[in-house]
Amino acid sequence: MSSSIQDTFFEECEELLEAIDEGLTAIDDGNWDGETVNAVFRAVHSIKGGAGAFGLDKLVGFAHTFETVFDGLRSENQKLDGKLAQLLLRASDNLSDLVVEARGGKPADPETHGAVTNELQAYLEAEGLGEEVDLSDFQPMVLDLGFTDDQPSQASFLIRFRPHATLYDSGNEPLFLFQALAELGEIDVTLDESRLPKLESFDHEEAYLSWEIRLTTDKSEAVVDSVFEFVHGLCDLEISEEVAGSKEDPGLDTSVDASSVKDNSSEHTKQSSNTSTPNAKASAKPDAKAANSTLRVDLERVDRLINTVGELIINHSMLAQQIHNLDVDDLRAVENELEAFKSLAREIQECVMAIRAQPVKPLFQRMARIVREASAATGKVTRLVTEGDATEVDKTVIERLTDPMTHILRNAVDHGIEKPEARLAAGKSEDGEIRLTASHRSGSVSIEIRDDGAGLNREKIREIAVEKNLIPRDADLSDSEIDSLLFLPGFSTASEVSNLSGRGVGMDVVRNSVMALGGRITISSTPGAGTVFTIILPLTMAVMDGMVVSVADQTMVVPITSIIETIRATEGAVHCLGPKENMLSVRGSFVPIFDVAQVLGLRAESRDPLNAVFLLVETQMGGCGALAVDTIHDQRQVVIKSLDGVCGETAGVAAATILGDGKIAMILDPESILAEAPAAKALA
Amino acid sequence: MQVQLEEQHSAVQEYVTFSVADQVFCLRINQIREIRRWSPVTILPHAPHYVLGVMNLRGAVIPIYDLASRLGLARSDASERDVVIVVNLDGNLLGLLAEAVSEIISINPEEIQDTPSVDSRDTMEFIQGIISKNDQMIRIVNLNAVGFPDKDEV
Repeated sequence: MSSSIQDTFFEECEELLEAIDEGLTAIDDGNWDGETVNAVFRAVHSIKGGAGAFGLDKLVGFAHTFETVFDGLRSENQKLDGKLAQLLLRASDNLSDLVVEARGGKPADPETHGAVTNELQAYLEAEGLGEEVDLSDFQPMVLDLGFTDDQPSQASFLIRFRPHATLYDSGNEPLFLFQALAELGEIDVTLDESRLPKLESFDHEEAYLSWEIRLTTDKSEAVVDSVFEFVHGLCDLEISEEVAGSKEDPGLDTSVDASSVKDNSSEHTKQSSNTSTPNAKASAKPDAKAANSTLRVDLERVDRLINTVGELIINHSMLAQQIHNLDVDDLRAVENELEAFKSLAREIQECVMAIRAQPVKPLFQRMARIVREASAATGKVTRLVTEGDATEVDKTVIERLTDPMTHILRNAVDHGIEKPEARLAAGKSEDGEIRLTASHRSGSVSIEIRDDGAGLNREKIREIAVEKNLIPRDADLSDSEIDSLLFLPGFSTASEVSNLSGRGVGMDVVRNSVMALGGRITISSTPGAGTVFTIILPLTMAVMDGMVVSVADQTMVVPITSIIETIRATEGAVHCLGPKENMLSVRGSFVPIFDVAQVLGLRAESRDPLNAVFLLVETQMGGCGALAVDTIHDQRQVVIKSLDGVCGETAGVAAATILGDGKIAMILDPESILAEAPAAKALA
Repeated sequence: MQVQLEEQHSAVQEYVTFSVADQVFCLRINQIREIRRWSPVTILPHAPHYVLGVMNLRGAVIPIYDLASRLGLARSDASERDVVIVVNLDGNLLGLLAEAVSEIISINPEEIQDTPSVDSRDTMEFIQGIISKNDQMIRIVNLNAVGFPDKDEV
């Protein structure tokens, strides 16, 4: 059995599991109809069918039990209540664990598996469906590649047809016969004109032509023969059945295998579950899916394409610079073409990046499970509401967000949402709500995790921070500064380690993983009303628009997204505050100045702010600062080159890029420059 | 006899010798990816003293170490005459600044002597062994020690 077919099955499984989750969530919300139940049934059924073909007995067994429950629901004999919905959700979680196990991943927890199976069985017995669960009744159908005769399968006939002259005499016309054949199936007609004589010996009443027709049909030989009923005796006719696959490799191709898997399995359930009409749907559905025109491509190929396009953009800027340096009078024509080149390159790049973009929906669905499990473990009732499922994010981002989001959600359920009694006492609804929202926001993607729990206990956070020597006892911190303490390494609020969230992984790990993606995470909380975590991520991971500046003879790039405006200081705009600090007056408000050269350690002395150019930047936290640089060159698109493996995390620098002249320039991280400087001040 | 000769032959390894701060060092030839002329690098902020900066090697960003400074010798002033030896260290490329590359020598393992015990911990760590050739002391650079700084050192 080719492993690639099995891979396809597992890929399909993921889609099917998603569909199951989606359906069950709708059912749990009470927002469902008969079609929802059917959809879930079909998905479970398809998994069972595929698993059967690969001899994955454990998966088949569980899927069968699961499916039986749905079969009962589908016949509308059973009522679907909240309790059952919860059970079904847990069953679906277990099913997805079993799929992972079958794929060779982490084995499913036998305890959970046993418990869920027993509960499903108990339910079935209670509803009088118990006998259906007898597994001996279900024999997994192992894929049989040889086609059996009793199946109405496609047959191929080879028809040799040579009309005599008398055939034409009686007014018959071969074309009509071929048309009749074409109605039976697919035909492939080959004309044999080898017996055609030279023109001078041609007898216009003689028949010289013969045909060879290959017909693929599901009709029997007798039906094919009947087409020629009226010309029998007027021609040489030979109909022979070709054995399927005899012309090709006995292994056949993948698509044939896959369809026969589906056919076999749906065929089989017809016998075992005695309901025939919806089964037809069950087998029809996957076929409809196959028609969906998508292409599965090796991720590595896409990445290579992305890198190459990145190089193309670097190459463009090199070319532009070279041309610019040329000592030629009229470059306008060349520059126009170059501009067109640039927009084309940019368009290609957008297309390529779009290949990697994936909706966040699967991520959110995985989170639904986390919330479910966490709620069950803590005895709380939590409802997860998702918005903006269709928001597209780079695939890497989705993969690497799973862990941080899991952590945040567990925390939200464990620490954020109160127990039902406490909620009622606080005048809230008994069920807690966690809202996951994804949206695009000016060149970045924002993911918000909002709970309506008790909010952060700032006094306790402060106390712990003091206790752990993270802040001095007399530190004067604003509310948002206290909230941000959660992200400090070595901070963990759980005074007793619960088996849910307190596992030594702190919020600092969450923050680091988000930062590794080039993103930011912020927290805000209102006592009694809940906590909001906001994760802001860059849209693309490979290219960004940057402003090229000079700092202490070094060329650097500042991300355009963080720059609000550029300002040249005028006399009287710069004000000293304290011994070292300078403030820039911007339309009546004062913004602290950060000398980039100094922050990066490139220059010891602070320069005269009047000679500097200021980039007014805003951080995601809402902070504002003026970065002092020497000169601004231009604005251009740069390819981000990670500094991983080159050096560790460097304060103030996000990554590097290669400029048009082939030199490397650092891409600055305004956020960390602003964060770096006050920290240094606080220590001093 | 034939077999013995071949065995001996296979044990012989080729080393590239180069000079740094007027001392002769060498690296195994298969550790070296390429040798380039020095060209000005981009400064890496907050980097350790021996990191000169980063350079562009056909689209990849690679760090350049001042080998003299790394080995605790006088810091060199990089000039056009210097070379950068690009080495492969566990899949990461790294450039080492040297004054000049001299020759390729074939060395039998028996010819390699242990680094004599000296006070400097750095020297013991960075020099894997020494070879005596034509009255010269050739020091074998321990690339792993040079490439992966200790945490506390930074």
